[in-house]
Amino acid sequence: MSRLQKIFELKKQNVLNVYFTAGYPALNDTLTIMESLASNGADIIEIGMPYSDPLADGPVIQESSSKALLNGMNMKLLFKQLADCRKNVLLANTGIVLMGYMNPVMQYGFEQFCADAASVGVDGLILPDLPEFEFEHEYGAIIRKYGLNFIFLVTPETSSERIKHLDQLSEGFLYAVSASATTGGATNFEMVEKYLLRLQSMKLKNPLMVGFGIKDKESFDAACKNANGAIIGSAYIKELGKMNDIALTTQQFLKPIIGN
Amino acid sequence: MNYQNPTEQGYYGQFGGAYIPEMLHGNVAELHQQYLSIMKEPTFIKEFKLLLKDYVGRPTPLFYAERLSAEFNTNIYLKREDLCHTGAHKINNTIGQILLARRLGKTRIIAETGAGQHGVATATVCALKGMECIVYMGEKDIERQAPNVARMKMLGAKVIPATSGSKTLKDATNEAIRDWINHPNDTHYIIGSVVGPHPYPDMVARFQSIISEEIRIQLNAKTGSELPTHVIACVGGGSNAAGAFYHYLNEPTVQLVAVEAAGHGVNSGMSAATTQLGKPGILHGSKSLVMQTEDGQVVEPHSISAGLDYPGVGPLHANLFQSGRGVFLSATDDEAMEAAFHVSKTEGIIPALETAHAFAVLGKMNLKPSDVVVICLSGRGDKDLSTYMMAMNEGLY
Repeated sequence: MSRLQKIFELKKQNVLNVYFTAGYPALNDTLTIMESLASNGADIIEIGMPYSDPLADGPVIQESSSKALLNGMNMKLLFKQLADCRKNVLLANTGIVLMGYMNPVMQYGFEQFCADAASVGVDGLILPDLPEFEFEHEYGAIIRKYGLNFIFLVTPETSSERIKHLDQLSEGFLYAVSASATTGGATNFEMVEKYLLRLQSMKLKNPLMVGFGIKDKESFDAACKNANGAIIGSAYIKELGKMNDIALTTQQFLKPIIGN
Repeated sequence: MNYQNPTEQGYYGQFGGAYIPEMLHGNVAELHQQYLSIMKEPTFIKEFKLLLKDYVGRPTPLFYAERLSAEFNTNIYLKREDLCHTGAHKINNTIGQILLARRLGKTRIIAETGAGQHGVATATVCALKGMECIVYMGEKDIERQAPNVARMKMLGAKVIPATSGSKTLKDATNEAIRDWINHPNDTHYIIGSVVGPHPYPDMVARFQSIISEEIRIQLNAKTGSELPTHVIACVGGGSNAAGAFYHYLNEPTVQLVAVEAAGHGVNSGMSAATTQLGKPGILHGSKSLVMQTEDGQVVEPHSISAGLDYPGVGPLHANLFQSGRGVFLSATDDEAMEAAFHVSKTEGIIPALETAHAFAVLGKMNLKPSDVVVICLSGRGDKDLSTYMMAMNEGLY
């Protein structure tokens, strides 16, 4: 059983996944942010690998990516920063997922990337622009060879047949995008509820995590009502951008969301 | 190898595909399932051909350039795409896509533009068909290309500045794709070149293939053979080249010459010669050659011509380059400027700066008196007049 699968085995509800962009706000904030997230209730940490042309992202994550690249972030450095993260007791059982785009991964060397990710203790990958055809014919086998879980996205526009197929290919969890939108948009949770109920009725093999537009307690609770948990991205990046103390910022941001 | 048709998954050799986030899957899959059958409908073909004839002004002439031929001691024919309505070949594609969008039931059109030629061509067909039109254009390009911005507005389009990244064509394309993600049902994205996720490269190439379809007939009437020895076209994303090459791709005796923008020089750090400087990568939804850093971050290219100022190239062309089927040359900013003035004075045709690159390689090609060379004169130079005036004011030409 993978670490991600264990997380959902132990906690079936209100699983919290928080995204941040590596190299933002400052180049070497990576571990501080991860420790703060883990000690304030994040079950899974999604680390964004910054890219010059992040198609699926709205302005907040775009800007954090540009800033991170200006700060000098790259994949080699990120793996160096993550090298000892699993020795940190706070992070020993936290899910760690890398999110990014195909081009930088290809330049790094896809197999080398998977090998290095696995060796620093990464659990899963989200590469939104890796299509399922290429996954099935070329990349999926490499990802599995290194024991990584690959997570596909589904949207309210995705057909039931396709959702079932993407669920079969995914491991760890299935990423339910709340609306057809780029990250950080507003979300209508009445519409999301219908979509999540539809997903639930499909008896999928993976737990469901809802992302896009989750920004506070209200949206987190609404999403968790019909899923195993939710993913927060842009809203947290906005808070980090205020450049206050990271531990304090994270605590103040997450406290009302997890509600204790 | 068949150079013309990609595989079912959209691959030309190792290049192509549809590397898109799930949020775009519905729109792209719908297009993929329907574009070929719609393009084969007799009513579609009839409407497309009629508009090309009566609205665009096709067929465009194939003109024997007597003085240029004498100068290079060969036979040079110019395919006059500059005479198309709106001044360039771009409208062949926008006419095709607007008719396709209507058959798909779309009501809202989005497009990206660099110099504004594709934006104007899109705004034009939207006006013609009464469709809402939104054009994304880099903030920097909006400043540089004021007359085309004014044209688009006069045609009823809304021009939205792309303020992300480097604020040029690449970023305008990103913004258009993000708009499409946010409008999954009512919107069709008219991409202006043979780039983007499958089926765009193939679809745009097919709409532009009217160029070589006409060349074959016209050349046969003039020379008794449909086959020239060379076809020369400039390449940014590569839509006019795709159109001019299309019906010659599987004719091995015809040398296909693609001319990229070298900017200040291929190795100057200020260039847009993608096949020389790029590595296999993924940009705007397809795998192709991409100018990028070692870390896989896409770099900002440079060319004096905004239409060639793109860090990628269509997968069809990447395959022509890699397989050796195409000959890839380049011309610098200065060489293109010189060629623009030379063609103007020699043939009485002021070409677009993009097109001028195609003329700039004539002297590098060792052409023989028996050769028959077709140059795709993709656009006219009106839009570049301020650049040409600056050069004249500096006393350069």
